[in-house]
Amino acid sequence: MNVNAGKTRTGAPLDVEGLRRDFPILDQTIYDGKPLVYLDNAATSQKPKAVIEALTDYYTRYNANVHRALHYLGEQATARFEETRAKVAAFLNAPSERNIVFTRGTTESINLVAYAWGRANIENGDVILATGMEHHSNLVPWQILARAQGAELQLVPVLEDGTLDRDAFNSSLSPKVKLLAVTHMSNVLGTINPVKGLAAAAHEVGAKVLVDAAQSVPHMAVDVRDLDADFMAFSSHKMCGPTGAGVLYAKETLLESMDPFMGGGEMISRVNDDYSTWADLPYKFEAGTPNIADVIAFGVAVDYLSGIGMEAIHEYERDLTAYAVGRLEEVPGLRVFGHAPERGGAVSFEIEGLHPHDLSQYVDQQGVAIRAGHLCAQPLMRRLGVPAVSRASVYFYNTEREIDCLTDALRRACQFFGHG
Amino acid sequence: MADTLHDAEQRLIEDFSMLEEWNDRYEYIIDLGRALPEYPDELRTEDREVHGCQSQVWLDARYDNGRLQFRADSNALITKGLVAMLVNLYSGRTAAEIRSATLDFLREIGLASHLTPSRVNGLQAMFQRIQRHAEEYVSPQSVS
Repeated sequence: MNVNAGKTRTGAPLDVEGLRRDFPILDQTIYDGKPLVYLDNAATSQKPKAVIEALTDYYTRYNANVHRALHYLGEQATARFEETRAKVAAFLNAPSERNIVFTRGTTESINLVAYAWGRANIENGDVILATGMEHHSNLVPWQILARAQGAELQLVPVLEDGTLDRDAFNSSLSPKVKLLAVTHMSNVLGTINPVKGLAAAAHEVGAKVLVDAAQSVPHMAVDVRDLDADFMAFSSHKMCGPTGAGVLYAKETLLESMDPFMGGGEMISRVNDDYSTWADLPYKFEAGTPNIADVIAFGVAVDYLSGIGMEAIHEYERDLTAYAVGRLEEVPGLRVFGHAPERGGAVSFEIEGLHPHDLSQYVDQQGVAIRAGHLCAQPLMRRLGVPAVSRASVYFYNTEREIDCLTDALRRACQFFGHG
Repeated sequence: MADTLHDAEQRLIEDFSMLEEWNDRYEYIIDLGRALPEYPDELRTEDREVHGCQSQVWLDARYDNGRLQFRADSNALITKGLVAMLVNLYSGRTAAEIRSATLDFLREIGLASHLTPSRVNGLQAMFQRIQRHAEEYVSPQSVS
Protein backbone atom coordinates (compact mmCIF):
# COMPACT_ATOMS: atom_id res chain seq x y z
CA MET A 1 0.00 0.00 0.00
CA ASN A 2 1.35 3.35 -0.99
CA VAL A 3 -0.32 6.09 1.02
CA ASN A 4 2.72 8.33 0.97
CA ALA A 5 2.80 9.11 -2.71
CA GLY A 6 2.16 12.86 -2.42
CA LYS A 7 4.78 15.36 -1.40
CA THR A 8 4.18 18.33 0.84
CA ARG A 9 5.49 21.76 0.02
CA THR A 10 8.72 20.95 1.78
CA GLY A 11 9.10 17.80 -0.28
CA ALA A 12 8.24 15.50 2.63
CA PRO A 13 5.71 12.74 1.95
CA LEU A 14 2.04 13.40 2.69
CA ASP A 15 1.29 12.04 6.16
CA VAL A 16 -2.24 10.87 5.44
CA GLU A 17 -2.74 9.04 8.73
CA GLY A 18 -1.67 12.18 10.56
CA LEU A 19 -3.96 14.37 8.47
CA ARG A 20 -6.88 12.02 9.12
CA ARG A 21 -6.54 12.75 12.83
CA ASP A 22 -7.46 16.37 12.04
CA PHE A 23 -10.91 15.16 10.92
CA PRO A 24 -12.87 13.89 13.94
CA ILE A 25 -15.78 12.75 11.77
CA LEU A 26 -13.66 10.18 9.93
CA ASP A 27 -12.87 8.32 13.11
CA GLN A 28 -16.17 6.57 13.75
CA THR A 29 -18.08 3.40 13.10
CA ILE A 30 -21.63 3.43 11.72
CA TYR A 31 -24.53 0.98 11.63
CA ASP A 32 -23.30 -2.16 13.43
CA GLY A 33 -19.71 -1.19 13.97
CA LYS A 34 -18.66 -0.65 10.36
CA PRO A 35 -15.80 1.84 10.02
CA LEU A 36 -16.99 4.88 8.07
CA VAL A 37 -15.49 5.14 4.59
CA TYR A 38 -16.36 8.54 3.18
CA LEU A 39 -16.04 8.67 -0.61
CA ASP A 40 -18.51 11.45 -1.42
CA ASN A 41 -16.06 14.34 -1.37
CA ALA A 42 -17.19 15.81 -4.68
CA ALA A 43 -20.53 16.49 -2.96
CA THR A 44 -18.93 18.00 0.12
CA SER A 45 -15.66 17.55 1.98
CA GLN A 46 -15.23 16.91 5.67
CA LYS A 47 -13.94 19.66 7.97
CA PRO A 48 -10.75 19.66 10.03
CA LYS A 49 -10.89 20.53 13.74
CA ALA A 50 -9.29 23.91 13.12
CA VAL A 51 -12.22 24.96 10.91
CA ILE A 52 -14.84 23.68 13.35
CA GLU A 53 -13.08 25.49 16.20
CA ALA A 54 -12.91 28.73 14.22
CA LEU A 55 -16.72 28.74 14.04
CA THR A 56 -17.09 28.26 17.78
CA ASP A 57 -14.34 30.76 18.46
CA TYR A 58 -16.09 33.45 16.41
CA TYR A 59 -19.41 33.02 18.18
CA THR A 60 -17.74 32.65 21.57
CA ARG A 61 -15.33 35.60 21.44
CA TYR A 62 -16.00 38.20 18.77
CA ASN A 63 -19.41 37.86 17.10
CA ALA A 64 -20.38 41.25 15.66
CA ASN A 65 -21.51 42.68 12.37
CA VAL A 66 -18.76 43.58 9.95
CA HIS A 67 -17.74 46.81 8.21
CA ARG A 68 -19.91 49.22 10.19
CA ALA A 69 -19.44 48.62 13.90
CA LEU A 70 -17.19 51.16 15.57
CA HIS A 71 -16.43 48.92 18.50
CA TYR A 72 -13.91 46.31 19.53
CA LEU A 73 -15.85 43.18 18.53
CA GLY A 74 -16.91 44.65 15.21
CA GLU A 75 -13.32 45.52 14.37
CA GLN A 76 -12.16 42.01 15.29
CA ALA A 77 -14.83 40.41 13.15
CA THR A 78 -14.17 42.75 10.23
CA ALA A 79 -10.44 42.13 10.38
CA ARG A 80 -10.85 38.34 10.35
CA PHE A 81 -13.52 38.48 7.64
CA GLU A 82 -11.29 40.60 5.39
CA GLU A 83 -8.31 38.36 6.17
CA THR A 84 -10.14 35.54 4.42
CA ARG A 85 -10.54 37.72 1.35
CA ALA A 86 -6.81 38.33 1.27
CA LYS A 87 -6.09 34.63 1.83
CA VAL A 88 -8.39 33.61 -1.02
CA ALA A 89 -6.85 36.21 -3.33
CA ALA A 90 -3.38 34.86 -2.57
CA PHE A 91 -4.57 31.25 -2.89
CA LEU A 92 -5.77 31.96 -6.46
CA ASN A 93 -2.92 34.35 -7.31
CA ALA A 94 -5.57 37.01 -7.93
CA PRO A 95 -4.30 40.57 -8.45
CA SER A 96 -6.07 41.89 -5.35
CA GLU A 97 -8.79 41.38 -2.76
CA ARG A 98 -10.99 43.61 -4.91
CA ASN A 99 -11.39 40.64 -7.26
CA ILE A 100 -12.93 38.45 -4.56
CA VAL A 101 -16.68 38.60 -3.96
CA PHE A 102 -18.12 36.41 -1.21
CA THR A 103 -21.32 34.55 -2.09
CA ARG A 104 -23.21 31.58 -0.68
CA GLY A 105 -21.46 29.22 -3.06
CA THR A 106 -20.70 28.32 -6.67
CA THR A 107 -24.35 28.42 -7.73
CA GLU A 108 -24.87 31.94 -6.42
CA SER A 109 -21.59 33.10 -7.93
CA ILE A 110 -22.62 31.91 -11.39
CA ASN A 111 -26.10 33.35 -11.05
CA LEU A 112 -24.59 36.66 -10.01
CA VAL A 113 -22.68 36.77 -13.30
CA ALA A 114 -25.69 35.60 -15.30
CA TYR A 115 -27.82 38.44 -13.94
CA ALA A 116 -25.43 41.30 -13.28
CA TRP A 117 -23.15 40.80 -16.29
CA GLY A 118 -25.31 38.65 -18.57
CA ARG A 119 -28.42 40.82 -18.75
CA ALA A 120 -26.32 43.86 -19.70
CA ASN A 121 -24.01 42.13 -22.16
CA ILE A 122 -25.86 39.28 -23.84
CA GLU A 123 -28.13 40.38 -26.65
CA ASN A 124 -30.58 38.91 -29.09
CA GLY A 125 -28.73 36.56 -31.47
CA ASP A 126 -25.60 36.20 -29.30
CA VAL A 127 -24.24 32.77 -28.47
CA ILE A 128 -23.41 31.44 -25.00
CA LEU A 129 -21.09 28.47 -25.27
CA ALA A 130 -21.11 25.85 -22.50
CA THR A 131 -20.20 22.17 -22.59
CA GLY A 132 -21.98 18.83 -22.43
CA MET A 133 -20.35 18.05 -19.09
CA GLU A 134 -21.58 21.03 -17.06
CA HIS A 135 -23.18 20.71 -13.66
CA HIS A 136 -26.71 22.14 -13.69
CA SER A 137 -25.29 25.12 -11.75
CA ASN A 138 -23.30 26.10 -14.81
CA LEU A 139 -26.06 25.36 -17.27
CA VAL A 140 -29.47 26.37 -15.96
CA PRO A 141 -28.48 30.02 -15.26
CA TRP A 142 -27.37 30.28 -18.92
CA GLN A 143 -30.60 28.67 -20.13
CA ILE A 144 -32.55 31.31 -18.19
CA LEU A 145 -30.31 34.10 -19.52
CA ALA A 146 -30.45 32.86 -23.12
CA ARG A 147 -34.23 32.68 -23.01
CA ALA A 148 -34.56 36.14 -21.46
CA GLN A 149 -32.22 37.78 -23.95
CA GLY A 150 -33.08 35.84 -27.08
CA ALA A 151 -29.60 34.36 -27.19
CA GLU A 152 -28.60 30.84 -28.17
CA LEU A 153 -27.00 28.37 -25.78
CA GLN A 154 -24.70 25.86 -27.46
CA LEU A 155 -23.02 22.89 -25.78
CA VAL A 156 -19.60 21.61 -26.83
CA PRO A 157 -19.94 17.82 -27.13
CA VAL A 158 -18.10 15.34 -24.91
CA LEU A 159 -16.06 12.58 -26.55
CA GLU A 160 -16.12 8.91 -25.59
CA ASP A 161 -13.05 9.19 -23.35
CA GLY A 162 -14.64 12.02 -21.36
CA THR A 163 -12.69 14.88 -22.95
CA LEU A 164 -14.20 17.82 -24.80
CA ASP A 165 -14.48 17.71 -28.57
CA ARG A 166 -11.85 20.34 -29.42
CA ASP A 167 -12.72 20.37 -33.11
CA ALA A 168 -16.36 21.05 -32.34
CA PHE A 169 -15.27 23.72 -29.85
CA ASN A 170 -13.09 25.43 -32.42
CA SER A 171 -15.80 25.42 -35.05
CA SER A 172 -18.33 26.81 -32.56
CA LEU A 173 -16.20 29.90 -32.03
CA SER A 174 -17.34 33.01 -33.82
CA PRO A 175 -17.74 36.69 -33.00
CA LYS A 176 -21.31 35.86 -31.97
CA VAL A 177 -20.00 33.94 -28.95
CA LYS A 178 -20.06 36.35 -26.01
CA LEU A 179 -19.42 33.91 -23.19
CA LEU A 180 -17.71 30.57 -22.67
CA ALA A 181 -18.95 28.86 -19.49
CA VAL A 182 -16.87 25.78 -18.77
CA THR A 183 -16.14 23.50 -15.85
CA HIS A 184 -12.52 23.19 -14.81
CA MET A 185 -13.12 19.66 -13.62
CA SER A 186 -16.18 17.51 -14.34
CA ASN A 187 -18.02 16.37 -11.20
CA VAL A 188 -19.03 13.20 -13.07
CA LEU A 189 -16.14 12.22 -15.34
CA GLY A 190 -13.30 13.76 -13.35
CA THR A 191 -12.01 15.29 -16.59
CA ILE A 192 -9.77 18.31 -16.06
CA ASN A 193 -10.46 20.60 -19.00
CA PRO A 194 -7.62 22.55 -20.64
CA VAL A 195 -9.17 25.82 -19.50
CA LYS A 196 -6.16 27.96 -20.31
CA GLY A 197 -6.24 27.00 -23.98
CA LEU A 198 -10.02 27.20 -24.20
CA ALA A 199 -9.97 30.65 -22.61
CA ALA A 200 -7.31 31.92 -25.01
CA ALA A 201 -9.33 30.72 -28.01
CA ALA A 202 -12.54 32.21 -26.64
CA HIS A 203 -10.81 35.52 -25.94
CA GLU A 204 -9.65 35.67 -29.54
CA VAL A 205 -13.24 35.94 -30.73
CA GLY A 206 -14.00 38.49 -28.01
CA ALA A 207 -15.88 36.20 -25.61
CA LYS A 208 -15.61 36.34 -21.83
CA VAL A 209 -14.80 33.15 -19.94
CA LEU A 210 -16.44 31.84 -16.78
CA VAL A 211 -14.79 28.86 -15.11
CA ASP A 212 -16.76 26.63 -12.75
CA ALA A 213 -13.95 25.68 -10.41
CA ALA A 214 -16.06 23.98 -7.73
CA GLN A 215 -14.25 20.67 -8.29
CA SER A 216 -10.79 21.99 -9.16
CA VAL A 217 -9.87 24.65 -6.60
CA PRO A 218 -10.24 22.16 -3.68
CA HIS A 219 -7.89 19.65 -5.29
CA MET A 220 -5.15 21.45 -7.23
CA ALA A 221 -3.26 24.70 -7.46
CA VAL A 222 -5.34 27.10 -9.54
CA ASP A 223 -3.87 30.36 -10.80
CA VAL A 224 -6.55 32.68 -12.17
CA ARG A 225 -4.01 34.93 -13.86
CA ASP A 226 -2.33 32.04 -15.62
CA LEU A 227 -5.69 30.65 -16.78
CA ASP A 228 -6.78 34.18 -17.71
CA ALA A 229 -10.33 33.48 -16.49
CA ASP A 230 -12.68 36.46 -16.51
CA PHE A 231 -14.92 34.89 -13.88
CA MET A 232 -14.32 31.92 -11.61
CA ALA A 233 -16.76 30.38 -9.14
CA PHE A 234 -16.22 27.88 -6.31
CA SER A 235 -17.50 26.87 -2.88
CA SER A 236 -15.94 26.69 0.56
CA HIS A 237 -17.66 23.47 1.60
CA LYS A 238 -15.90 21.29 -0.96
CA MET A 239 -12.49 22.46 0.31
CA CYS A 240 -12.64 21.78 4.05
CA GLY A 241 -14.60 24.96 4.81
CA PRO A 242 -18.17 25.44 6.04
CA THR A 243 -21.26 25.35 3.84
CA GLY A 244 -22.93 28.61 2.86
CA ALA A 245 -19.79 30.43 1.77
CA GLY A 246 -18.38 30.70 -1.71
CA VAL A 247 -16.39 32.89 -4.02
CA LEU A 248 -16.80 34.74 -7.24
CA TYR A 249 -13.48 35.82 -8.65
CA ALA A 250 -13.77 38.36 -11.46
CA LYS A 251 -11.47 40.73 -13.28
CA GLU A 252 -11.68 44.19 -11.81
CA THR A 253 -12.71 45.97 -15.02
CA LEU A 254 -15.67 43.61 -15.34
CA LEU A 255 -16.77 44.09 -11.75
CA GLU A 256 -16.45 47.85 -12.21
CA SER A 257 -18.65 47.76 -15.30
CA MET A 258 -21.37 45.63 -13.72
CA ASP A 259 -24.42 46.86 -11.85
CA PRO A 260 -25.16 45.25 -8.47
CA PHE A 261 -26.90 41.89 -8.33
CA MET A 262 -28.89 42.72 -5.20
CA GLY A 263 -29.64 45.98 -3.51
CA GLY A 264 -29.63 46.60 0.23
CA GLY A 265 -27.34 47.42 3.09
CA GLU A 266 -23.54 47.22 2.87
CA MET A 267 -23.42 47.68 -0.89
CA ILE A 268 -24.15 51.39 -1.14
CA SER A 269 -22.06 54.50 -1.00
CA ARG A 270 -24.85 57.06 -0.68
CA VAL A 271 -28.60 56.52 -0.69
CA ASN A 272 -30.78 59.40 -1.85
CA ASP A 273 -34.56 59.32 -1.88
CA ASP A 274 -34.77 58.14 -5.45
CA TYR A 275 -31.35 56.73 -6.36
CA SER A 276 -28.17 55.44 -4.81
CA THR A 277 -24.52 55.19 -5.61
CA TRP A 278 -22.64 51.97 -5.11
CA ALA A 279 -19.95 51.01 -2.68
CA ASP A 280 -16.44 50.18 -3.83
CA LEU A 281 -15.44 46.76 -5.06
CA PRO A 282 -16.11 44.13 -4.00
CA TYR A 283 -18.74 45.39 -1.52
CA LYS A 284 -21.04 46.52 -4.32
CA PHE A 285 -21.87 42.83 -4.77
CA GLU A 286 -22.25 41.91 -1.11
CA ALA A 287 -25.66 43.26 -0.09
CA GLY A 288 -26.85 42.58 3.43
CA THR A 289 -25.01 41.09 6.38
CA PRO A 290 -22.65 38.48 4.97
CA ASN A 291 -22.07 34.96 6.25
CA ILE A 292 -19.42 36.19 8.67
CA ALA A 293 -18.71 33.05 10.71
CA ASP A 294 -18.48 30.74 7.74
CA VAL A 295 -16.30 33.11 5.72
CA ILE A 296 -13.90 33.44 8.65
CA ALA A 297 -13.74 29.65 9.08
CA PHE A 298 -13.28 29.33 5.32
CA GLY A 299 -10.11 31.37 5.72
CA VAL A 300 -8.89 28.78 8.21
CA ALA A 301 -9.65 26.04 5.65
CA VAL A 302 -7.58 27.90 3.05
CA ASP A 303 -4.70 28.08 5.54
CA TYR A 304 -5.09 24.39 6.26
CA LEU A 305 -4.91 23.43 2.58
CA SER A 306 -2.03 25.82 1.93
CA GLY A 307 -0.18 24.24 4.84
CA ILE A 308 -0.39 20.83 3.19
CA GLY A 309 0.31 22.27 -0.25
CA MET A 310 -2.00 22.01 -3.25
CA GLU A 311 0.66 20.34 -5.41
CA ALA A 312 1.09 17.61 -2.81
CA ILE A 313 -2.67 17.13 -2.58
CA HIS A 314 -3.03 16.94 -6.35
CA GLU A 315 -0.17 14.49 -6.69
CA TYR A 316 -1.46 12.23 -3.92
CA GLU A 317 -4.99 12.25 -5.32
CA ARG A 318 -3.74 11.50 -8.81
CA ASP A 319 -2.11 8.31 -7.55
CA LEU A 320 -5.10 7.39 -5.38
CA THR A 321 -7.51 7.98 -8.28
CA ALA A 322 -5.44 5.79 -10.60
CA TYR A 323 -5.50 3.11 -7.93
CA ALA A 324 -9.29 3.46 -7.53
CA VAL A 325 -9.96 3.27 -11.26
CA GLY A 326 -7.78 0.17 -11.51
CA ARG A 327 -9.42 -1.60 -8.57
CA LEU A 328 -12.93 -0.69 -9.72
CA GLU A 329 -12.31 -2.02 -13.21
CA GLU A 330 -11.40 -5.39 -11.69
CA VAL A 331 -15.00 -5.76 -10.45
CA PRO A 332 -16.85 -7.96 -12.97
CA GLY A 333 -19.37 -6.05 -15.08
CA LEU A 334 -18.17 -2.64 -13.85
CA ARG A 335 -17.57 0.19 -16.30
CA VAL A 336 -15.88 3.48 -15.37
CA PHE A 337 -17.12 6.57 -17.21
CA GLY A 338 -14.38 8.90 -18.37
CA HIS A 339 -10.73 8.15 -19.00
CA ALA A 340 -9.36 11.60 -19.69
CA PRO A 341 -5.57 11.73 -19.48
CA GLU A 342 -5.82 14.70 -17.09
CA ARG A 343 -8.33 13.82 -14.41
CA GLY A 344 -9.26 14.40 -10.78
CA GLY A 345 -10.68 12.12 -8.15
CA ALA A 346 -14.36 11.93 -9.09
CA VAL A 347 -14.86 8.42 -10.48
CA SER A 348 -18.29 7.52 -11.88
CA PHE A 349 -19.20 4.00 -12.83
CA GLU A 350 -21.99 1.55 -13.45
CA ILE A 351 -22.32 -2.18 -12.89
CA GLU A 352 -24.20 -3.95 -15.63
CA GLY A 353 -27.78 -4.77 -14.64
CA LEU A 354 -27.58 -3.03 -11.26
CA HIS A 355 -29.28 0.27 -10.52
CA PRO A 356 -26.92 2.83 -8.93
CA HIS A 357 -29.42 3.51 -6.15
CA ASP A 358 -29.59 -0.15 -5.18
CA LEU A 359 -25.82 -0.24 -5.25
CA SER A 360 -25.28 2.87 -3.14
CA GLN A 361 -27.82 1.75 -0.53
CA TYR A 362 -26.17 -1.61 -0.27
CA VAL A 363 -22.62 -0.30 0.13
CA ASP A 364 -23.91 2.32 2.57
CA GLN A 365 -25.01 -0.49 4.88
CA GLN A 366 -21.40 -1.63 4.84
CA GLY A 367 -20.18 1.77 5.95
CA VAL A 368 -19.18 3.13 2.55
CA ALA A 369 -20.61 6.49 1.47
CA ILE A 370 -20.78 7.03 -2.28
CA ARG A 371 -23.14 9.07 -4.44
CA ALA A 372 -25.71 7.78 -6.90
CA GLY A 373 -27.98 9.61 -9.26
CA HIS A 374 -27.80 11.99 -12.20
CA LEU A 375 -25.24 14.03 -10.24
CA CYS A 376 -26.87 17.29 -11.37
CA ALA A 377 -25.69 16.60 -14.90
CA GLN A 378 -28.69 15.30 -16.81
CA PRO A 379 -27.44 16.30 -20.29
CA LEU A 380 -24.26 14.32 -19.63
CA MET A 381 -26.28 11.32 -18.39
CA ARG A 382 -28.14 11.32 -21.71
CA ARG A 383 -24.82 11.47 -23.54
CA LEU A 384 -23.57 8.48 -21.52
CA GLY A 385 -26.86 6.70 -22.20
CA VAL A 386 -27.69 6.05 -18.54
CA PRO A 387 -30.37 7.51 -16.22
CA ALA A 388 -27.93 7.61 -13.31
CA VAL A 389 -24.43 6.59 -12.24
CA SER A 390 -22.63 5.70 -9.03
CA ARG A 391 -19.73 7.92 -8.04
CA ALA A 392 -16.85 7.55 -5.63
CA SER A 393 -14.86 10.73 -5.09
CA VAL A 394 -11.67 11.01 -3.07
CA TYR A 395 -9.91 13.70 -1.08
CA PHE A 396 -6.41 13.80 0.36
CA TYR A 397 -7.53 12.04 3.56
CA ASN A 398 -8.74 8.93 1.74
CA THR A 399 -6.53 5.85 1.54
CA GLU A 400 -6.01 2.82 -0.68
CA ARG A 401 -7.43 0.69 2.14
CA GLU A 402 -10.70 2.64 1.85
CA ILE A 403 -10.80 2.03 -1.91
CA ASP A 404 -10.42 -1.68 -1.11
CA CYS A 405 -13.41 -1.42 1.29
CA LEU A 406 -15.43 0.07 -1.56
CA THR A 407 -14.55 -2.61 -4.08
CA ASP A 408 -15.17 -5.38 -1.53
CA ALA A 409 -18.59 -3.88 -0.77
CA LEU A 410 -19.38 -3.64 -4.49
CA ARG A 411 -18.50 -7.30 -5.01
CA ARG A 412 -20.80 -8.28 -2.14
CA ALA A 413 -23.56 -6.12 -3.66
CA CYS A 414 -23.18 -7.97 -6.98
CA GLN A 415 -23.61 -11.25 -5.14
CA PHE A 416 -26.58 -10.02 -3.14
CA PHE A 417 -28.52 -8.59 -6.07
CA GLY A 418 -27.41 -11.40 -8.37
CA HIS A 419 -29.38 -13.97 -6.42
CA GLY A 420 -31.38 -11.61 -4.17
CA MET B 1 -59.99 -7.86 0.00
CA ALA B 2 -61.32 -9.18 3.29
CA ASP B 3 -58.92 -7.72 5.81
CA THR B 4 -58.77 -4.07 6.75
CA LEU B 5 -55.90 -1.76 5.97
CA HIS B 6 -54.96 -1.95 9.63
CA ASP B 7 -54.73 -5.76 9.41
CA ALA B 8 -52.52 -5.53 6.35
CA GLU B 9 -50.20 -3.06 8.04
CA GLN B 10 -49.98 -5.29 11.12
CA ARG B 11 -49.02 -8.23 8.94
CA LEU B 12 -46.20 -6.21 7.39
CA ILE B 13 -45.02 -5.15 10.84
CA GLU B 14 -44.99 -8.82 11.95
CA ASP B 15 -43.11 -9.93 8.86
CA PHE B 16 -40.47 -7.28 9.36
CA SER B 17 -40.12 -8.03 13.07
CA MET B 18 -38.78 -11.45 12.13
CA LEU B 19 -36.06 -9.96 9.94
CA GLU B 20 -33.24 -8.77 12.13
CA GLU B 21 -30.45 -8.36 9.60
CA TRP B 22 -30.60 -5.35 7.29
CA ASN B 23 -29.82 -7.49 4.25
CA ASP B 24 -32.75 -9.78 5.07
CA ARG B 25 -35.01 -6.73 5.12
CA TYR B 26 -33.65 -5.59 1.78
CA GLU B 27 -34.20 -9.06 0.40
CA TYR B 28 -37.77 -9.09 1.67
CA ILE B 29 -38.45 -5.68 0.08
CA ILE B 30 -36.85 -6.73 -3.21
CA ASP B 31 -38.96 -9.90 -3.26
CA LEU B 32 -42.12 -7.80 -2.89
CA GLY B 33 -41.07 -5.95 -6.02
CA ARG B 34 -40.25 -9.10 -7.92
CA ALA B 35 -43.71 -10.49 -7.16
CA LEU B 36 -45.45 -7.52 -8.81
CA PRO B 37 -47.25 -8.31 -12.07
CA GLU B 38 -45.38 -7.05 -15.12
CA TYR B 39 -45.97 -3.37 -15.76
CA PRO B 40 -47.18 -2.70 -19.33
CA ASP B 41 -44.79 -0.61 -21.43
CA GLU B 42 -47.59 1.62 -22.71
CA LEU B 43 -48.14 2.81 -19.12
CA ARG B 44 -44.60 4.19 -18.85
CA THR B 45 -45.84 7.67 -19.54
CA GLU B 46 -44.73 11.03 -18.24
CA ASP B 47 -47.96 11.57 -16.29
CA ARG B 48 -47.51 8.21 -14.53
CA GLU B 49 -43.94 8.97 -13.47
CA VAL B 50 -43.61 9.76 -9.78
CA HIS B 51 -41.23 12.67 -9.27
CA GLY B 52 -39.48 13.12 -5.97
CA CYS B 53 -38.02 9.64 -6.11
CA GLN B 54 -34.33 9.38 -6.94
CA SER B 55 -34.95 6.52 -9.31
CA GLN B 56 -37.64 6.20 -11.94
CA VAL B 57 -41.02 5.11 -10.61
CA TRP B 58 -44.26 4.64 -12.54
CA LEU B 59 -47.64 4.34 -10.90
CA ASP B 60 -50.90 3.61 -12.68
CA ALA B 61 -54.27 3.83 -10.96
CA ARG B 62 -57.67 2.80 -12.14
CA TYR B 63 -61.10 2.77 -10.59
CA ASP B 64 -63.01 -0.46 -10.71
CA ASN B 65 -66.28 -1.29 -8.94
CA GLY B 66 -65.81 1.38 -6.32
CA ARG B 67 -62.24 0.36 -5.56
CA LEU B 68 -58.83 1.59 -6.67
CA GLN B 69 -56.37 -0.73 -8.38
CA PHE B 70 -52.72 0.23 -8.61
CA ARG B 71 -49.91 -0.99 -10.80
CA ALA B 72 -46.32 0.18 -10.44
CA ASP B 73 -42.75 -0.31 -11.52
CA SER B 74 -39.28 1.07 -10.91
CA ASN B 75 -35.90 0.53 -12.52
CA ALA B 76 -34.26 0.12 -9.09
CA LEU B 77 -34.92 -3.06 -7.13
CA ILE B 78 -35.23 -1.60 -3.64
CA THR B 79 -37.44 1.23 -4.87
CA LYS B 80 -39.60 -1.22 -6.77
CA GLY B 81 -40.01 -3.24 -3.59
CA LEU B 82 -41.09 -0.15 -1.68
CA VAL B 83 -43.68 0.87 -4.22
CA ALA B 84 -44.85 -2.77 -4.30
CA MET B 85 -45.41 -2.59 -0.57
CA LEU B 86 -47.72 0.41 -1.07
CA VAL B 87 -49.47 -1.17 -4.06
CA ASN B 88 -50.15 -4.31 -1.99
CA LEU B 89 -51.47 -2.26 0.91
CA TYR B 90 -53.79 0.01 -1.03
CA SER B 91 -54.90 -1.90 -4.14
CA GLY B 92 -58.52 -3.07 -3.93
CA ARG B 93 -59.47 -0.52 -1.29
CA THR B 94 -62.01 2.28 -1.47
CA ALA B 95 -60.92 5.86 -1.96
CA ALA B 96 -62.16 6.66 1.54
CA GLU B 97 -60.03 3.90 3.10
CA ILE B 98 -56.95 5.11 1.27
CA ARG B 99 -57.67 8.69 2.27
CA SER B 100 -57.56 7.64 5.92
CA ALA B 101 -54.15 5.94 5.55
CA THR B 102 -50.86 7.23 6.94
CA LEU B 103 -47.27 6.09 6.62
CA ASP B 104 -46.91 5.75 10.40
CA PHE B 105 -46.43 1.99 10.10
CA LEU B 106 -43.04 2.63 8.44
CA ARG B 107 -41.63 3.67 11.77
CA GLU B 108 -42.82 0.44 13.35
CA ILE B 109 -41.17 -1.74 10.74
CA GLY B 110 -37.94 0.16 11.25
CA LEU B 111 -37.72 1.14 7.61
CA ALA B 112 -37.09 4.78 8.29
CA SER B 113 -33.76 3.94 9.92
CA HIS B 114 -32.66 1.62 7.13
CA LEU B 115 -33.55 3.84 4.25
CA THR B 116 -31.84 7.09 3.53
CA PRO B 117 -33.93 10.26 3.99
CA SER B 118 -34.08 10.87 0.26
CA ARG B 119 -35.41 7.34 -0.11
CA VAL B 120 -38.04 8.01 2.49
CA ASN B 121 -38.93 11.11 0.55
CA GLY B 122 -39.36 8.94 -2.50
CA LEU B 123 -41.77 6.84 -0.52
CA GLN B 124 -43.57 10.02 0.51
CA ALA B 125 -43.88 11.04 -3.13
CA MET B 126 -45.35 7.63 -4.03
CA PHE B 127 -47.74 7.83 -1.10
CA GLN B 128 -48.84 11.33 -2.06
CA ARG B 129 -49.48 10.20 -5.63
CA ILE B 130 -51.66 7.38 -4.34
CA GLN B 131 -53.49 9.85 -2.08
CA ARG B 132 -54.09 12.17 -5.02
CA HIS B 133 -55.66 9.36 -7.00
CA ALA B 134 -57.88 8.47 -4.04
CA GLU B 135 -58.91 12.10 -3.73
CA GLU B 136 -60.02 12.16 -7.37
CA TYR B 137 -62.38 9.29 -6.69
CA VAL B 138 -63.78 10.42 -3.36
CA SER B 139 -65.88 12.73 -5.48
CA PRO B 140 -66.44 10.43 -8.46
CA GLN B 141 -67.24 13.15 -11.02
CA SER B 142 -63.60 13.39 -12.10
CA VAL B 143 -62.27 10.65 -14.30
CA SER B 144 -58.63 10.32 -15.21
